[in-house]
Amino acid sequence: MDTRIPPSPQVWPETAEYWAAANEGRLLLRRCCDTGRAYHYPRLHSPFTGSFNTEWFEASGTGTLYAFSVLPRAQPPYCIAYVELAEGPIMLTNILTDDFDSLRIGQPVRVQFVPSADGQRVPMFVPC
Amino acid sequence: MSLKGQAYIVGAYEHPTRHAVDKSLGQLHAEVAAGALADAGLSWQDVDGYFCAGDVPGWDAQGAGPLSMVEYLGLRLRHLDTTESWGSAYLNHVAHAVQAIAAGKCRVALITQAGRPRAEKVSPEASHRQQAQTAAEAQFEAPYGPVVTNVYGMCAMRHMHQHGTTAEQLAWIKVAASHHAQHNPHAMLRKVVSVQDVLDSPIVATPLHRLDCCVISDGGGALVVVHPEIARSLTRPLVTPIGTGFAVKHLNGGYFDILASGAVQTGREAFAQAGVSPSDIQYASLYDSFTITVLVQLENLGFCAAGEGGRFVADGGLISGVGRLPVNTDGGGLCSNHPGNRGGMTKVIEAVRQLRGEAHPAVQVRNCRLALAHGTGGQLGARHGSATLILEREA
Repeated sequence: MDTRIPPSPQVWPETAEYWAAANEGRLLLRRCCDTGRAYHYPRLHSPFTGSFNTEWFEASGTGTLYAFSVLPRAQPPYCIAYVELAEGPIMLTNILTDDFDSLRIGQPVRVQFVPSADGQRVPMFVPC
Repeated sequence: MSLKGQAYIVGAYEHPTRHAVDKSLGQLHAEVAAGALADAGLSWQDVDGYFCAGDVPGWDAQGAGPLSMVEYLGLRLRHLDTTESWGSAYLNHVAHAVQAIAAGKCRVALITQAGRPRAEKVSPEASHRQQAQTAAEAQFEAPYGPVVTNVYGMCAMRHMHQHGTTAEQLAWIKVAASHHAQHNPHAMLRKVVSVQDVLDSPIVATPLHRLDCCVISDGGGALVVVHPEIARSLTRPLVTPIGTGFAVKHLNGGYFDILASGAVQTGREAFAQAGVSPSDIQYASLYDSFTITVLVQLENLGFCAAGEGGRFVADGGLISGVGRLPVNTDGGGLCSNHPGNRGGMTKVIEAVRQLRGEAHPAVQVRNCRLALAHGTGGQLGARHGSATLILEREA
């Protein structure tokens, strides 16, 4: 299994809730209440309308693999990926697996939270 | 409305160095400025507009950067434009220079670009990390280790998945670049390579091989864009921008197509403004940070349909005199030069060489009157600036 320890995110006041939830094992998304669309990455205004009429909600933590790339010569090797969440938006993440060769675009994945360098947990994904 | 005749590119100069251990970044800017002005037949004192981007020394320092460069170069200006969009910036600067000249803001516009990452031993990854630390998306990206190569790797992976594109087809883009580079004495990689050579090189970020990547080089280039009255007083061939486009493609809150770059918009706008279509273009300079970059731009600009790029580039499709569209006849970023990890300037310069008939005879497109240059600055699989220029040589 991948043992890479990710660098820790530099948390902004407007995203503190996202990272606090991650430490509790919950993936939060932000929703634009005017359009009903979920978006990522989170920010307090809607990237679709500019309105601040937005809210947090808890995502299902499931999605499908949209694209990925493995760095085979990194120590240890790791897989970067875009995952298309069940709620709509695509997010950048890592895929954790013992078998990079078996990964296929379109396959279902689910969230798992991994401690970063300073202990802050960050959402990554594993094949279902 | 076509921009034809509103301004002319009369000076173009590419620094011959690829490894500038004994030159400062400022000196490189000064040398390319002098080179382009000499090429135009103009002097330092003629310049009244200056265009530069984030590669000038001191960019990050308050009150320095572009202002410092103006002083260092010794320019006396009426117009300054520091629009930054990484490797695409310089194509955008040409468009801005045309606008500034047409608006009477300046008459002789100088655009410079330079970098020395090879001398400084700074990897594109390190340079990317340095830039991204304070950006809004950094906390949602840095933990996952995007290092340029793997972000482009995702584009290639998706293209293969969606369209059945093969590693062999991507390799043909490098093969074409190497065929051109063998004729360029300044190119970093002059050896002609085969599809098999590309496939045999180590995987850098799946599915991209080392030879799918551009070189890391020092150097730079400069352009001089002038008012029509000045252009007609000089002896250089009359190369005029007739269509331009600029766009910022970003991740749009998580709703994006990784294979639709900003070129979809900029190509449409530039071709509409120029009143020509992709099949009219005789030569194209396409940003080639990686082989996949070229493939996506060919499709997005309309040289072929989405998903057809692999077949378009295969079997020498991009080799001058052989294929259907000569691309990057200087060897491009893949084999010749990618100064400062910013390839847009050299893209314009080779297009100007082709239109003047000054490319190497082995790669010169016969009677080249219409050329396109396109830059993708930033990252194809994430946020980037796209800039398209369509250039015409007047009879």
